[in-house]
Amino acid sequence: MSSEAVTAQPAPKGNGWEPKIVAFCCNWCSYGGADSAGMGRFQQPASARIIRVMCSGRIDPLHVFNAFLEGADAVLVTGCHIGDCHYVNGNDKTKIKYKYIENVARELGLEKERLQLNWISASEGEKFANFIRDVTEQIKKIGPSPLKPEGVA
Amino acid sequence: MSDIKGTETKSTIQDNEEKRVGVFVCECGVNIGGVVNTKAVAEYIGTLPGVKVTSVNKFTCSDSGQADIQSKIKEHNLNRVVVAACSPKTHEPTFRACIEQMGLNQYFLEFVNIRDHCSWIHMWEKEKATEKAKDLIRMGVERAKLLEPLQASEVPVTDKALVVGAGVAGMQAALDLADMGFQVYLVEKEPSIGGRMARFDKVFPTNDCSICILGPKMVEVARNKNIKIMSYSEVKAVDGYVGNFNVKVEHKPRYLDVTKCTGCAKCSEVCPVEVPYDFNEGFGTRKAIYVPFPQAVPLRAVLDKENCISCKACAKACQSGAINYDMQASYTDLNVGVIIGAVGFKTYDPEPRHDFGYGLYDNIITAMEFERLLNAAGPTGGHVVRPSDCKEPIRVGFVNCVGSRDKATNIYCSGVCCMYTIKNAQLLKEKRPETDHTIMYMDIRTTFRGYEESYNRSRNLGVKFLRGRPVEVKEDPVTKNIKVRVEDTLAGEIRNLEFDLLVLATGIVPNEGIGQIQQLLKLSKAADGLLMEAHPKLKPVDTTIDGVFLAGCASGPKDIPYAVSQGSACASRATILLKNKKAITEGITAVVNPDVCVGCQVCISMCPFQAIKLDEQAGKANVVKALCKGCGTCVTACPTGALEQSHFKNKQILAQVKNVFKFQEVAA
Repeated sequence: MSSEAVTAQPAPKGNGWEPKIVAFCCNWCSYGGADSAGMGRFQQPASARIIRVMCSGRIDPLHVFNAFLEGADAVLVTGCHIGDCHYVNGNDKTKIKYKYIENVARELGLEKERLQLNWISASEGEKFANFIRDVTEQIKKIGPSPLKPEGVA
Repeated sequence: MSDIKGTETKSTIQDNEEKRVGVFVCECGVNIGGVVNTKAVAEYIGTLPGVKVTSVNKFTCSDSGQADIQSKIKEHNLNRVVVAACSPKTHEPTFRACIEQMGLNQYFLEFVNIRDHCSWIHMWEKEKATEKAKDLIRMGVERAKLLEPLQASEVPVTDKALVVGAGVAGMQAALDLADMGFQVYLVEKEPSIGGRMARFDKVFPTNDCSICILGPKMVEVARNKNIKIMSYSEVKAVDGYVGNFNVKVEHKPRYLDVTKCTGCAKCSEVCPVEVPYDFNEGFGTRKAIYVPFPQAVPLRAVLDKENCISCKACAKACQSGAINYDMQASYTDLNVGVIIGAVGFKTYDPEPRHDFGYGLYDNIITAMEFERLLNAAGPTGGHVVRPSDCKEPIRVGFVNCVGSRDKATNIYCSGVCCMYTIKNAQLLKEKRPETDHTIMYMDIRTTFRGYEESYNRSRNLGVKFLRGRPVEVKEDPVTKNIKVRVEDTLAGEIRNLEFDLLVLATGIVPNEGIGQIQQLLKLSKAADGLLMEAHPKLKPVDTTIDGVFLAGCASGPKDIPYAVSQGSACASRATILLKNKKAITEGITAVVNPDVCVGCQVCISMCPFQAIKLDEQAGKANVVKALCKGCGTCVTACPTGALEQSHFKNKQILAQVKNVFKFQEVAA
């Protein structure tokens, strides 16, 4: 595993503000990917809060928009690679549903960086870590979510 | 599915009872404790409403850690337990059992991952990691308060097994299960069982003849009354769940009646068509109708329709009238309780990339090709010759790690190439002492019993070992000899060597069967293309799918003893289910609230398992619990909110969402 580069030295200090990202992960793939990131010690910003569901097909617009209304700077919808779904094709349905969620997010004036879909397998720890790092960087550039209630960090 | 019964639950807790939460923070030695300030976390969590007690343990999963949970449940009359430790994938079952012993429903456990998802990935940001741990546990506590009791179901297990792949690992699994008295279906896509091992000449480290030790095992498999061999067959569809898999097997047409064929090979004698013989790695030819190899089991011919010219000579020659040109594929439906995947591997193909000149120059061959040339039953009767002029080579070079330990191909070590190269050099040296052998290696890896001894034996025989990887491989246009430029990294010198034959030690790579079985059984594939086991150390032959096990190279490169052990291990793991005749399935399913359901049937089209049926009389959806796998996709699709997923109800998920940022009580 090529984890040396990441684990060898402390992460550089940021500008202080750390976005808060809600990541919905499916039990079989992306949650496992996050576990693999841990096992490989792939360092990443402490911005993500993972919520586990059994299948990405369970991720409801209700969950996504509640996260934004509570103060999430970004929401991540993640699951197994297409064709690898533990429940045959739950992620195909996620993909379709995601388009609608995306449309509503645009209507609400949320930038495209704030809502992202990614397929991550249980072995792709490095991919998971890179994803969190990339999203965190993107969000740091555009700042806190416009939907964030006052008084929420 | 009426024979499925719920297990008796000891829980007596009602939902309206006051929630009394205990939170157990694990330090996991220094894995968590070295980064997250667990004391501060526990102190903060202790201030949340409903949290009656918090506790920090060095190892919560240890006996003393579990005893602490149990004593605190008793002392504080806890009815919800939050464990903040590693991944639920490793220890959720441990703690579920722990609280169940105390009379709590096992689904009253909430597992928070503060190791893999926190301390391990924020090793240099201790404060942020501590804050994150607080957030994660707060989310867990609020979710825990809303958890509802569930009952795991018990399902009957059909006491039959399916083994996919009849290489040495699959055969071992089938034999062990059959000897324990269970009916086994052994499906093999090739016309004969035996797998790759049937093609090897001799096997390391003892150099015993491969087919001489494998052949009797193949016969034993065929003779065993409990094993039904389905050769030249493939698994086409699998549905069902642990204990009750329904499997569709396709029997490819052999174009002859196997009950009449005697394997006499008269048909081959008269067949005018010759094609490269795949069993000999393309060296020599076979006919369009042929017996796969002399020791094949079943010893029956097979007609290769692609190359057949329909001259019907074979039909005339066949004395038993077995040939049938109009044969169609047939299918068998099986019902089995467990499935063992032993789908094997293939060797790395250096042709497309022309690794070390393979495919460009005649006198560069792979180790598998060398293996067939060495074999007394091979295309040259055991004489190793070089392809350009069929002369026996004197100077033989071996290149290790071709398609292994290379970022351009596969980063992993195939584990077996050092040993088989050492063996191949030994065998030729013993046959023809005048030969000269040079093995060009990166590292020599001789990890298991007898391997280092075999390496020493090669050195004593005079095989040269040169640490270095060829940087240039060229052919002499006149002699067709292979000229290799290689750095001897131990001597620090560039060497220009000339060989009559160069052999590439190609590594183990995933075959097509791995992709097929992965899709059929919904297994996880790792980045290297090989299948993933349930746990790399503690559950090496289990998968994330209950009742499905893996043996052999499908889950990583293995040598023969390792593959055989895994076959036996699979049989042993499978027997737990087969003998108990029952399995426990998850209690997490979709649930319909009939008062809200309008019978629109949107959910029915969402379910890939046909688990939702319309109750025609009532006009409401109805979930068949035994078929429901609990993904929750239908729940999201339900327009009225009549469907809920137990253990992942909207209010439970939203309790986590709301508590990401600050404490918020969520109404039950």
